[in-house]
Amino acid sequence: MNQNDIQKVWALYKREFLSYVNSPVLYVILVIFLLATMGFAFLFGRFLDSNNASLGQAFFFWHPWIYVVLAPAVGMRLWSEEHRLGTIELLLTMPISPWHAILAKFKAAATVWFIALALTMPIVFTVFYLGEPDRGPIITGYVASYFYALGCLAVTSAVSAFTRSQVVCFIVSVAVCLTLTLIGYPGIVDFVVNGLPGWGEAVVRFISYLSFMDHFYEMSKGIFVVRDVLYFISVIVVALLVTASGLRSKRA
Amino acid sequence: MIQVQDLKKIFGTKVAVDGVSFKVEKGEVLGFLGPNGAGKSTTMRMVTGYFEPTAGSISVGGIDMLVEPEKAKKFLGYLPENAPLYSDMTVASFLGFCAEIRGLTGAARTKALDRVLDLCFLDSVRNQSVDTLSKGYRHRTCFAQSIIHDPEVLILDEPTDGLDPNQKHEVRSMIKRMGENKAIIFSTHILEEVEAACSRAIIIDRGRVVADGTPAQLKERSPNAGSLRVVIRGASGGSIKEEISKTSGVQRVEAIESTETGLVARVLPGKTQQAGDVAAAIAGLAVAKNWKLQDLHQEEGRLDEIFRSITRSDTVA
Repeated sequence: MNQNDIQKVWALYKREFLSYVNSPVLYVILVIFLLATMGFAFLFGRFLDSNNASLGQAFFFWHPWIYVVLAPAVGMRLWSEEHRLGTIELLLTMPISPWHAILAKFKAAATVWFIALALTMPIVFTVFYLGEPDRGPIITGYVASYFYALGCLAVTSAVSAFTRSQVVCFIVSVAVCLTLTLIGYPGIVDFVVNGLPGWGEAVVRFISYLSFMDHFYEMSKGIFVVRDVLYFISVIVVALLVTASGLRSKRA
Repeated sequence: MIQVQDLKKIFGTKVAVDGVSFKVEKGEVLGFLGPNGAGKSTTMRMVTGYFEPTAGSISVGGIDMLVEPEKAKKFLGYLPENAPLYSDMTVASFLGFCAEIRGLTGAARTKALDRVLDLCFLDSVRNQSVDTLSKGYRHRTCFAQSIIHDPEVLILDEPTDGLDPNQKHEVRSMIKRMGENKAIIFSTHILEEVEAACSRAIIIDRGRVVADGTPAQLKERSPNAGSLRVVIRGASGGSIKEEISKTSGVQRVEAIESTETGLVARVLPGKTQQAGDVAAAIAGLAVAKNWKLQDLHQEEGRLDEIFRSITRSDTVA
């Protein structure tokens, strides 16, 4: 990327981000996200009753389930809206590579989730006020949570490249994200493994290894492993590649 | 500036564009004519780099669109059909965004913005949301987008579609003005537009170029081009027709309306005859016979006739 490209990507990023800022959907999603994260932490996570100055179980544990629904809500307009309005024809006849457009849009949506997570900071202050928590798990927890959001967002971006309907995009994306979450959920994996003969276990373990949850779980407990970060980065790269091929197939 | 060679596009089993070739130089305005579904938009989308052609080559400003699309697209301004816009932006912010993506920043961006707002009469709506614009304004906003970087090549897909007659006239004269130092392609199915604004026209039917020439050349191909229209009163239609048929140089007389008191007819001069000589002979005959000559003029040939005669309409097929 040279200076010129950076400028164009910036222009595109700015437009995309401003269109979030100008839309009521963003604020609705932020409010729901904050209510959900706090609500789960205090009501179901027994954040206060646990008498434990940490965030892992009570707070981060619930994030994947929230992202499964809310990340597609943020990302569903990325390309569907371009298809619906026909502006994709303008965008892709401008002197900018489709990759730059995909990255700029993805980054704009990623910024939304950065803001959402930043707004949950009061709970961190609360933990520090109430006790002396270990900083490590809180940091890795946030990193894991953000990567989870980005993973769901990248999946949504890929789905939105194929459809002009935001509703279709939302439903399909939720289904894909939910699947990627469930196949690694410890309770479900154990249940399936128990019902299978011995050789099946390796298969199930392998599939669950491909899930978002498997990698999130380790990180959210405070174990920062390069492997898990690489996993999420590769999911994002693959999903953005699918986005690019989706856009190409729409024009062929 | 634009060179297209053997362009082909196949969607599944449908051949949309089948071996189209043409060239547009600077200072030329090329009109793209053809019935709906003839492949006009598909061809334009390939030239702008939006569609990938199945076969063939496209070069814009001397740069191959298929090899270096980003470089070639710099030369291009494009107005897609239906003038798409981001509905959540204001006119000025939309055009500013387009300028930035075209690499214009700072003072250059402001200057470009003011220029197109002025040129497309958008100053009064500059801070209005695109969502609330009327169709004419939306169209002009998208048109403004296509010329914001003062491109050397302009591709306009039905630029006057949905505009009122005044706006149509305005857009046409704007195209003509800009055509003096740009290469422009625009598609339309309004034939008078071609005569008003184009220096050359191509007629496309079922994915193929079926005619290519200046509007005047195309009109000559019209079946009635060069014939004389005659209106004479003062004798019975039959006798007038007979007398005119005998005049030297007349190949055929087709009566359009023949009554007891006069004749309205189309006179076709012979192949080697000047229509003017035949007209003079008919006028002389009318004087000699003491007929009242009410009208005598040479038909120019009409574009819609040639259009109808060489493009097969979908309803017939």
